[in-house]
Amino acid sequence: MLVINSCRAASRLALRSLNLRSPIATRTFSTGLALKTKDVVNITFVRANGDKIKTSGKVGDSLLDVVVNNNVDLDGFGACEGTLTCSTCHLIFKTSDFEKLPDKPGDEELDMLDLAYELTDTSRLGCQITLSKDMEGLEVHVPSTINDARAA
Amino acid sequence: MGINCLNIFRRGLHTSSARLQVIQSTTPTKRICIVGAGPAGFYAAQLILKQLDNCVVDVVEKLPVPFGLVRFGVAPDHPEVKNVINTFTKTAEHPRLRYFGNISLGTDVSLRELRDRYHAVLLTYGADQDRQLELENEQLDNVISARKFVAWYNGLPGAENLAPDLSGRDVTIVGQGNVAVDVARMLLSPLDALKTTDTTEYALEALSCSQVERVHLVGRRGPLQAAFTIKELREMLKLPNVDTRWRTEDFSGIDMQLDKLQRPRKRLTELMLKSLKEQGRISGSKQFLPIFLRAPKAIAPGEMEFSVTELQQEAAVPTSSTERLPSHLILRSIGYKSSCVDTGINFDTRRGRVHNINGRILKDDATGEVDPGLYVAGWLGTGPTGVIVTTMNGAFAVAKTICDDINTNALDTSSVKPGYDADGKRVVTWDGWQRINDFESAAGKAKGKPREKIVSIEEMLRVAGV
Repeated sequence: MLVINSCRAASRLALRSLNLRSPIATRTFSTGLALKTKDVVNITFVRANGDKIKTSGKVGDSLLDVVVNNNVDLDGFGACEGTLTCSTCHLIFKTSDFEKLPDKPGDEELDMLDLAYELTDTSRLGCQITLSKDMEGLEVHVPSTINDARAA
Repeated sequence: MGINCLNIFRRGLHTSSARLQVIQSTTPTKRICIVGAGPAGFYAAQLILKQLDNCVVDVVEKLPVPFGLVRFGVAPDHPEVKNVINTFTKTAEHPRLRYFGNISLGTDVSLRELRDRYHAVLLTYGADQDRQLELENEQLDNVISARKFVAWYNGLPGAENLAPDLSGRDVTIVGQGNVAVDVARMLLSPLDALKTTDTTEYALEALSCSQVERVHLVGRRGPLQAAFTIKELREMLKLPNVDTRWRTEDFSGIDMQLDKLQRPRKRLTELMLKSLKEQGRISGSKQFLPIFLRAPKAIAPGEMEFSVTELQQEAAVPTSSTERLPSHLILRSIGYKSSCVDTGINFDTRRGRVHNINGRILKDDATGEVDPGLYVAGWLGTGPTGVIVTTMNGAFAVAKTICDDINTNALDTSSVKPGYDADGKRVVTWDGWQRINDFESAAGKAKGKPREKIVSIEEMLRVAGV
């Protein structure tokens, strides 16, 4: 599990550092590729204050990729860039969605979740959730942040 | 304003013309100064730049190089944790942020001067002192602070001559937080695992001659109050050639209490119990020895004496029984505290932090009256607790408070403020840091390391070109 997680994290890290260095790569990544509709997965992030952010990713992306590639406005999200060393991409799932997720959280993910604010029984780290077609329309809750307090 | 920009040119601050344009075209500019370029400073800057359009954020840092404890505290074998540097770099490259490295509050510039030159000053210079055991013989050469040991292997300027004595078999670390565990791991890790990290070359050399075989990690309280987090413990348990040994008696009755615990504490305790059950199966040439319920009592040559404690409502109370542990080297890791670098700071000497309420610094801590325009975030305000995410949330909150105070006119920003004038000072700009960064990366690459840190400040300044 650790090996799989590390590999996934490493490949994502490689992609992300590419994004950081090259604006062209970022553009290609988000809009330039002629994605088949069937590869697109629509995702909604729900802030603690109820605000909904509708966006999308493609099959194989992690939920952290979705936030990064779409510049979803969540301050501090994904601080360690998907390397399982922080808990800033903490997301809360509905119980039914949580139970449908194909991989259960590994020890390393649970260790980080233990440091998260507002930990729930259906919490996961966004960097560990890979989009599949059957996640179409998924809604995930973002734990409250300072921005919610401002909007409330 | 114009004169100030000219000054910047004259001093060769390598400020891009685009940056100057932005600064010039937005008047009256709200000027905010952040003192300290660590995680709290950068996270606060990130939020302020995002939420306030018409502002310039200047970051003043004592050292030529940025990132504070991410560079000098995070363990070299935790490179992933340092990925936050990518976000900090994006913030630093924001057109409305200026970096002034090698400028020390209290020495190069006074708080009074900064307050005159900015609408708001946010202090985030962290905690650079450590708590003492307050025992006789604590000043002996073989008693050093874990903070200094961390600074030594991480290349903090001034820490390079620490010369910890690693010629003995037993090391005792007093304290059980994550800093203590980091230090234990650095002492017990196979050297090959560290050679590919940015551990300073002199530390690698010293560790290669180390005779340390047993590291005692001693805490006053019990397993249910252990201060390390589960990730750090799991890492220790997986360390090659290291045998973790618990004391069975420390865990008597602990399994009966598991059901009452919150999930994080429960998982940590379960991992300790699992490791206890399996101990003896793995044999390593080195030993990691967590010891609970012992309070520091006395320091003698080659050994340390502890009082056996009892828990009363989660507090450790010493009994008359004692225990001596062989201790060639003693590392004190019982917490950090901040220092007061300027007489204008309302400092709480007892608690080692700045008097504040939610990041607003108090003028009078008895009445709770706030000193307008003066703020604190990070460990300087909260005390030294939590991981980076804790500091991040705290810094975001204080940054939001600053924005709110400005937006509601609780803080008057109608007057023109000039910003810091570093004329005549040897300032390292962000471009200067990039030159240091490139130099360090290239030097590291030659050795198969992510970087070889420059430790001398003069050398940093030379490479930065100032």
